[in-house]
Amino acid sequence: MRDFEYEAPASIAEAVQVLGRHNGAARPLAGGTDLIDQIRVGRHQPGVVVDIKKIPELNVLELSAAGLRLGAAVPCYKVYGDPKISAAYAALADSAQIIGGIQIQSRASIGGNLCNSGPAADSTPSLIALEAIAVIAGPAGKREVAVENFCTGPGKNVLQPGEFLVELKFPARPPHSGSHYRRFIPRNEMDIAVVGVGASVVLDEKGEKFVSARIGLGAVGPIPYFVQEAGQRLAGQPVSEATIEKAAQAARDMARPIDDMRGTKEFRLHVTGVLTRRVIEEAVKRARQ
Amino acid sequence: MSTVERDKAKAGSNGNGKPYKVIGTRPIRHDGVDKVTGRAKYGADIHPTGLIYGVVLRSPHAHAKIKSIDVSKALALPGVRAVVTHKDLREPGDRILELGEGAVNLRELSNNVLAADKVLYKGHAVAAIAADTIHIAEEAAGLIKVDYEILPSVLDVEAAMNSGAPLLHANLFTDELGQKATQPSNVAKHFRFETGEIEKGFAKAKLVIEREFRTATVHQGYIEPHNATALWNADGHITVWTSTQGAFSVRQQVAELVDVPISHVKVIPMEIGGGFGGKIRVYLEPVAAILSKRTGRPVKVLMNRADVFEGTGPTPGSYIRVKLGVDAQGMITAGQAYMAYEAGGYPGSPIGAGAMCIFACYNIPNGRIDGYDVVVNKPQTSAYRAPGATNAAFALETVVDEICTQLKLDPLEFRLKNAAREGTRRVDGPVFPRVGMIESVEAIQSSEHWKTPLTGKNRGRGVASGFWFNCGLKSAVSATVNPDGNVSLVEGSTDIGGSRTGIAMQLAETLGIAAEDVIPTVGDTDSVGYNDITGGSRVTFATGYAAYEAARDIQRQMVGRAAQLWEVDPSQVTCEQGSFIGPEGKKFTFKELAALVNKTGEPVVGRGSVDPEGCGGAFATHVVDVEVDPETGKVQILRYTASQDVGTAIHPSYVEGQIQGGAVQGIGWGLNEEYFYDAQGTMKNATFLDYRIPTCYDLPFIDTIIVEVPNPGHPYGVRGVGEVPIIPPPAALANAIAQAVGVRMTQLPMSPPRVLHEILAKKS
Repeated sequence: MRDFEYEAPASIAEAVQVLGRHNGAARPLAGGTDLIDQIRVGRHQPGVVVDIKKIPELNVLELSAAGLRLGAAVPCYKVYGDPKISAAYAALADSAQIIGGIQIQSRASIGGNLCNSGPAADSTPSLIALEAIAVIAGPAGKREVAVENFCTGPGKNVLQPGEFLVELKFPARPPHSGSHYRRFIPRNEMDIAVVGVGASVVLDEKGEKFVSARIGLGAVGPIPYFVQEAGQRLAGQPVSEATIEKAAQAARDMARPIDDMRGTKEFRLHVTGVLTRRVIEEAVKRARQ
Repeated sequence: MSTVERDKAKAGSNGNGKPYKVIGTRPIRHDGVDKVTGRAKYGADIHPTGLIYGVVLRSPHAHAKIKSIDVSKALALPGVRAVVTHKDLREPGDRILELGEGAVNLRELSNNVLAADKVLYKGHAVAAIAADTIHIAEEAAGLIKVDYEILPSVLDVEAAMNSGAPLLHANLFTDELGQKATQPSNVAKHFRFETGEIEKGFAKAKLVIEREFRTATVHQGYIEPHNATALWNADGHITVWTSTQGAFSVRQQVAELVDVPISHVKVIPMEIGGGFGGKIRVYLEPVAAILSKRTGRPVKVLMNRADVFEGTGPTPGSYIRVKLGVDAQGMITAGQAYMAYEAGGYPGSPIGAGAMCIFACYNIPNGRIDGYDVVVNKPQTSAYRAPGATNAAFALETVVDEICTQLKLDPLEFRLKNAAREGTRRVDGPVFPRVGMIESVEAIQSSEHWKTPLTGKNRGRGVASGFWFNCGLKSAVSATVNPDGNVSLVEGSTDIGGSRTGIAMQLAETLGIAAEDVIPTVGDTDSVGYNDITGGSRVTFATGYAAYEAARDIQRQMVGRAAQLWEVDPSQVTCEQGSFIGPEGKKFTFKELAALVNKTGEPVVGRGSVDPEGCGGAFATHVVDVEVDPETGKVQILRYTASQDVGTAIHPSYVEGQIQGGAVQGIGWGLNEEYFYDAQGTMKNATFLDYRIPTCYDLPFIDTIIVEVPNPGHPYGVRGVGEVPIIPPPAALANAIAQAVGVRMTQLPMSPPRVLHEILAKKS
């Protein structure tokens, strides 16, 4: 491992300055659970590591009538440790609880998971399902990007040199809504998702019809996918096996998996459908509670 | 839950007709406190004064010629003290060195430690650097320029056997049933075992089933990576601290590769974080030694996990074809097997053992086995827990199950009918003495598990059996009687499974003292007599035998001392339950006499030095219940019970631990473990993240049934425990999956994508 400098700015403005000064040679560090290992194996060799955990805005965790604000450096355990957030944004809590083990969850942040931009990231499909908006700071000020447009390729995203993620904003949860995230892994722990599905559904008052739905997919393409077609097939339709199967088919149609050490293309396509169905069913169950 | 089914009369037959006092109990292990408090010293914990660090540069290619190596830039980096390559090792020539569980050709060993003119797999060591810090050494590794001529590679045993396959060695000519072939190939050897008349046997059969099987390359997966620290002293003597299964074997390999007399190498075996057969051949020890010679400093070299996967011995992937015939009564009439095992870059797969084991659980009146040892562009294979037998059992036991299903035979009854027993001749020749195949099956038959019906959708139950030889080999111990009545025991078998305690218990039993009154130490190569490796399930048997002999030696000396003190003839003194009894009610307890020893004459030091013949083979039968998710192919294990004939369980807790550990490794092999390669021959999953060993969430508690059919070749009936439990799991799982979802898995691992593929194929 090559040695590097460490800086810990205390404000967004200072962080923008520090990152700008090093012009691409600096990497922001939140929990560091991905970054430190990537430096160890030589995938990144930053001259400077910029610890952004000391910036107040990056530690915001705020649930209000307007929705949820999740600072980019908030560790996973705080998300699932909050019962109100866990109830309202259940898919997010599902994700936060299965990223790594307890030690990892004590450091790793959802924001970091998004910025690492792995196709199999466990939180991104949930962020997509829950309509999260990424708030980005940079030399040109702040800008916002819908999470489904954030990742651009494996390990790549829309962040420009000097930019970093400040927080994720989620709209308030409508009544009769439910969400869920589930992944398929070969073992029961310790694995990266072979397929991951996040779903959010809004039902009518009786819980018999879908008002709207959003489905996010992970590990079946170079980036996590927003399956808009699945939501359209569900909206206004009765909650039934047949309707849900149509949404699952839409997910399968969008998936572009590859053969690799975690699964085959055939397997991922099939399991995308299976998991989409199972995840929607669980989200419906939660919406009815 | 565990049960010990002990034949009381037999168990006591070597203990003056009385039940054992120490053997069969569960004392706290002697090394327990050090291990649970973190004070035990493992290989990485050694820090001699002046220590510097070594890093090994490894090949990025699966198959390439080394045209040149330019180390000038690396040497110029401040803090770098030496760079070594193959030229710095001795060229030992084509000599064979017996390592205990397999042999090595020294020229090939030397080339595997540091490649000479060719790299044969990705991860093959090419050069090594010693520097003041590990970070400088790593950076220097990146500055070494190796000019490779990349060659086409071949990774699969079947492809490697094709006539057009890329050749790994231009001078490798198949030993074809004893004849040297005229054209070079990747097949190092083809041998055949035969008994009876195979065609007539199949002609008598009512049902003949023939199937093909493929198994993946898997790794032993020990937690502690390889490590070596060496100091080449100014007087020409070398000290090596390392994690190994055989300190004496390391001594010999290092002496051969760096060209010093064997007594100039002292190997200090550190505590070992797992070996399973993979820590027998040397990798880093000679490299650390020559780096130390060049720098005059002690040098420590550690592997990381990727180095371990890519640079150290896995166990082979294989292709096996099995044909089995049974008559109308369900008796096997004939068996035939074609078995090809990957050896890795150099010849030497465990095909021989695999071929000897494949039919060993059964009486096969007419049999033929063809075995092939095949080189491929993968790391050189090493021993792994019953090397070669798990692949074989997966194939055979699956065919046995299919026969039972087709003929509607109970799989345990089928095994009882056809079981190998005393007098059965194996296809490869040897005749079994008293063995416990039948008892291992009966133990499952009468288990709660077997008697409890399995209900529920997509669930299935599978059984499978397995055999392993176990071995004897050489062991030596010495034991000194202390004035407080304790006995210090020095043995040379590095302790990978609680053997220190098992050996101490046999000494204690023989002397009639408590296990806690024995203080066992694993000595270095200068402080104890020669010991072969810890492997082949031999240590509790052979080193335990040596401890028994040492105890008898102590007894003889103590009897003499008592006779001297009482002024009687030694023939008038007897040993009873640890006490010495003389005429007219004279009596010393062991402790009383021990207190007098050094005051009345020479110290009492017992020695035991053995090369015992009578090692006893072991059989295991496992039963597993699974539930398969038919939509994802994922297999969840619901219940698992393993029975095994262990001869005599010295320390039942460690026997259970060995059975459970073996079963879990077999489960991993069966369900998810595999080397996953890309088209260029690069292993893509050289981490514990994507090389999937089972976690505790993937396993139920493994129930064990210890069956004790004492081995007549050992004073306490020990057979050996550690290896046979890895053999049955993949087959038992395959048979359970077949019952659960109706698909026959013929390829390992039975990972979700493979199982789902079969389920989808069956539907369409």
